[in-house]
Amino acid sequence: MANAHAHDPNRPAWVAHFFQSGEQQIESAKFGMWLFLAQEILFFSGLFMAYVAFRWLYPETWLAGADQLDKVMGGINTVVLITSSFTMALAVRAAQTKNPTALKINLLLTILFACGFMVVKYFEYTHKFHLGIFPADHYAYAGSTGLMPVFFAIYYCLTGLHGIHVVIGIGVLAWLLILAQKGRFMDGNYVLLENVGLYWHLVDLVWIFLFPLLYLVK
Amino acid sequence: MAGLSFGSVLDAVAAEGSFWMPPDASVTVDYVDPVFYYILWLTTFFFVAIVAVGTYFAIRYRKRSDDDRTHPSAGNHTVEAVLAIIPSILLATVFWLGFQGYMNLSVAPGDAMEIRVTGQKWFWTFEYPDEGVKIIASSDETERRKTELQRETGLVVPIGKPVKLIANSRDVLHSVFIPAFRVKKDAVPNRYTTLWFEATQEGEFHFFCTEYCGQDHSRMITKVIVKSQEDYDAWMKEERKISSAPKDGKTLFAQGGCTACHSMAGAKGVGPALNGIFGKDEVMADGSTVTVDDNYLRESIVNPTAKVVQGFGPVMPPFAGQFEDAELDALIDYIKAQK
Amino acid sequence: MDHHDDHGHDHHDEPSYLVYGKEKGMAAFLKGWFVTVDHKRIGILYLISVLFFFLIAGMAALIVRTELMTAAPDMLTGDQYNIAFTLHGGIMVFLVIIPLTPAALGNFVLPLMLGAKDVAFPKLNLASLYVYWTGAALLVYAVLGGGFDTGWTFYTPYSTQAVGPVTWALLGAFTLGFSSIFTGLNFIVTIHKMRAPGMGFFRMPLMLWALYATALTQLLATPVLAITLALVVMERIMGVGIFNPELGGDPVLMQHFFWFYSHPAVYIMILPAFGIISELVSVHSRKRIFGYGAIALSSVSIALIGFLVWGHHMFVSGQSELSGVVFSFLTFFVAVPTAIKIFSWVGTMWGGSIRFNTPMLYTLSFLFLFLIGGLTGLFLSTMASDVHLHDTYFVVAHFHYVMASGAVISFLGGLHHWWPKMFGTMYNETLGKIGALIIFIGFNLTFFPQFVMGSRGMPRRYHEYVPEFESLHWMSTIGSYVLAAGLFLVMFYLLYALFKGPKAADNPWGAVTLEWETATPPIEHNFHHTPVCVRGPYDFPEIDESLGKGHH
Repeated sequence: MANAHAHDPNRPAWVAHFFQSGEQQIESAKFGMWLFLAQEILFFSGLFMAYVAFRWLYPETWLAGADQLDKVMGGINTVVLITSSFTMALAVRAAQTKNPTALKINLLLTILFACGFMVVKYFEYTHKFHLGIFPADHYAYAGSTGLMPVFFAIYYCLTGLHGIHVVIGIGVLAWLLILAQKGRFMDGNYVLLENVGLYWHLVDLVWIFLFPLLYLVK
Repeated sequence: MAGLSFGSVLDAVAAEGSFWMPPDASVTVDYVDPVFYYILWLTTFFFVAIVAVGTYFAIRYRKRSDDDRTHPSAGNHTVEAVLAIIPSILLATVFWLGFQGYMNLSVAPGDAMEIRVTGQKWFWTFEYPDEGVKIIASSDETERRKTELQRETGLVVPIGKPVKLIANSRDVLHSVFIPAFRVKKDAVPNRYTTLWFEATQEGEFHFFCTEYCGQDHSRMITKVIVKSQEDYDAWMKEERKISSAPKDGKTLFAQGGCTACHSMAGAKGVGPALNGIFGKDEVMADGSTVTVDDNYLRESIVNPTAKVVQGFGPVMPPFAGQFEDAELDALIDYIKAQK
Repeated sequence: MDHHDDHGHDHHDEPSYLVYGKEKGMAAFLKGWFVTVDHKRIGILYLISVLFFFLIAGMAALIVRTELMTAAPDMLTGDQYNIAFTLHGGIMVFLVIIPLTPAALGNFVLPLMLGAKDVAFPKLNLASLYVYWTGAALLVYAVLGGGFDTGWTFYTPYSTQAVGPVTWALLGAFTLGFSSIFTGLNFIVTIHKMRAPGMGFFRMPLMLWALYATALTQLLATPVLAITLALVVMERIMGVGIFNPELGGDPVLMQHFFWFYSHPAVYIMILPAFGIISELVSVHSRKRIFGYGAIALSSVSIALIGFLVWGHHMFVSGQSELSGVVFSFLTFFVAVPTAIKIFSWVGTMWGGSIRFNTPMLYTLSFLFLFLIGGLTGLFLSTMASDVHLHDTYFVVAHFHYVMASGAVISFLGGLHHWWPKMFGTMYNETLGKIGALIIFIGFNLTFFPQFVMGSRGMPRRYHEYVPEFESLHWMSTIGSYVLAAGLFLVMFYLLYALFKGPKAADNPWGAVTLEWETATPPIEHNFHHTPVCVRGPYDFPEIDESLGKGHH
């Protein structure tokens, strides 16, 4: 009943006192997460707009810059991230079907894939540092056009910000794994898991835009 | 304290221009003032009308007793529609007039004479490319010209001729603002912006920097000096001679605006004091030590952020291209000679 | 108003939310107030914080105005003055006006008005408060560390080169943005999901429509500020610059990013004010609001259109003429919904029974002052006149009329209106009226001369100036002292009322929105049982329905 009194024995224990029902709580949580994702998109959009502005101004620089990026590594990362999104979805499914083992395995796989992404990223970045390709002021690579620092400023900002989000995601997923070990998400209240899943899918989606825009410029 | 009495307030009102506006000294004023006054009358009318109606309602419908009964109305679609449509139409007229005025302000006449304006912290430089004349309107240079040459300093232009300013900055954002002409444009580094005017009155008018640029933003002021064509030609002739004469280091130091940040008397300013530094070892911001020699001095002028002295910030604008080689040599010699 | 109380419990001995629990002692006090998830306590803590920073930023303003009394620089050096005006603007914008009504009043009032027991995410609400305090600490650290002088707008290249704790200030503002985002997110979900049964969107009090439109803007605009400030920080620390002209970057791009947030930000400041005025004018005229639908929808349309007009801050920045034309054109669209609101509020007074109490005096004051502020915006959205007026004191006067009068005066009205509900005491009504009057006079005296000096050519952010502007500046400074006196008076009698004021009646204004149905002050859980909304928010008992049937 919509106006359930707080002492109602039918009210699940996980429903907070200020919500009228479990349904209201779950719907609110989901809606809140979508709103959070909307603002995340706007957070990234500033950088995407900078990308658009400078690519329009300096198209040759963009071509030259993209040539410096390793498409294979980028491609591997794309596959890794998409797969991790898949395992994340499987984890949510496991909670829906009340399968604790599948939940833990899929969370673990997602974390491993995310770490794999960061490892590939590490190799990409260190290779560039080795060549002297640092962002803007510190740019020291001989074989490039004069405006390359701008391209790499955008490259490092976009992939860096994305990378920070991946790392945060790893942390949160690890926490979820710990909760799963303690038996959480098996009582029909797995909206936290779903929400983290949404976050992870957004992180994946941002990369799916980043990859062609940076690596595959023709 | 000047300007305290009400009489002097009225004086300020009547002295130059009108109540709202500075003097009307350029053709471009006609693109701005009519729009301004149109909006002024429109907004004053609506302001008075709304305040009058509001005041009337406040008095007429004030609470009279605890038994007051109020009207159940929660709106009136006709009234709302009228009050939305009429302002919308009026606003469209305002936009249109503003747009027209703006386009006139933005498009200089084809035969406009071009003058380059460069802003840097904290002075303006004017270059007349056809004349080979460069005038640096820093406070030191203005003072020097006044005492040594008995000449005024500012943006000198002839009356009745369209002038186009091409503005640029050497460091941070500045903005060219000439209130009497109603023109304004930001001076941006690495880019050229333009504005134009045609003076209609002889005299002197304020030339302000109106984009905040740091410590002496409020002192980045000079003036526009409008002369008759004859006076302008005579003035320009003299100025050509001055610009082409070789300059000693001390003059260049003042002209370049160096004294804004560098003392020759040991005082720490925005930049380090420069007397007695030649031959010394200076510690840089990154901890390394550099001996002050000719090369270091030259680099500090043309590419100052390459090595920054510890305790100071990377704020000196590069002067590469502002001095010819001979002038750089003169500057370096001057600095070396200061003990 | 119906309550369903099937269970017959007697809750009347439950203490108000101000009492921090059954235990006494410092530990209980700290836990009850600083680890609270009660939206009302969080609101009060925000209120105290915001008003504290208002005092600091106000003092900075008095320093600025005192220096400007004379044309010559007799009190401060150029650097000190620049730090003072940056401090005034930075603290006022980020620490005071943006959170003002949403965090300090909205947090308290929103769930109560909805008939909810709290916001949707109370812990996020507490997080928002702590993030605010963290951002504030960073800004304070920057101030104490020598101050920063970039102006609150942080334009590049100056902000990337300026010496001093600019990076800390940027990080502070960045952090504060997240406080705003969390509040906005919370409010949107609460309004969508936790309205009392019977309260459809079009039965919500207009305060909630205003907070809703504000929350949308907070959520969607602030992240762009965050990325802008982050990029400036990166440019300062690592030279990762896309605004650095020496490397091919574009300093004007920073202005685009900055104003993309900062224009919607001014709507964050004013939309909640509109909400307060809608409430106050109806309650104190005992009349339904005129044009409820128009006001509700105009709030949302102002929020949306507000995202499209940022370039009107940049007509002379070097952006293309075409951009300028488009931005000017779109800006005019925002004027119409705003005008509609003014007409509606005045229309609400028609046929009413107006009480001239302190909240109503602030309402009338707002109408007068905001009208000036809004109308002067027309001079600035019009391109030809803006070329002359941009970066002069005309702009300063315009935004103070809309922000300081708009946001602050309506806030004071709201504070006086909801004061009894929040604290259970009443302030001295005579002093309230005197305060409102002094503030009104002081305000006009301070800022009206600035319109005149602006159109006459007085540039902004000037420490010293040419002598012909001195008499106008002198007038403005005297005005600022009068305004300050009024504000101090309000502070003193409110503090007195807090501790020693007489007990307030449960519903001193006879309002009929749900927050007045609870105890005064409310109990911790707001309502014992979720109320059911059976009538509109402005269906006052004085309304005589028969008057509407043709005759008057």
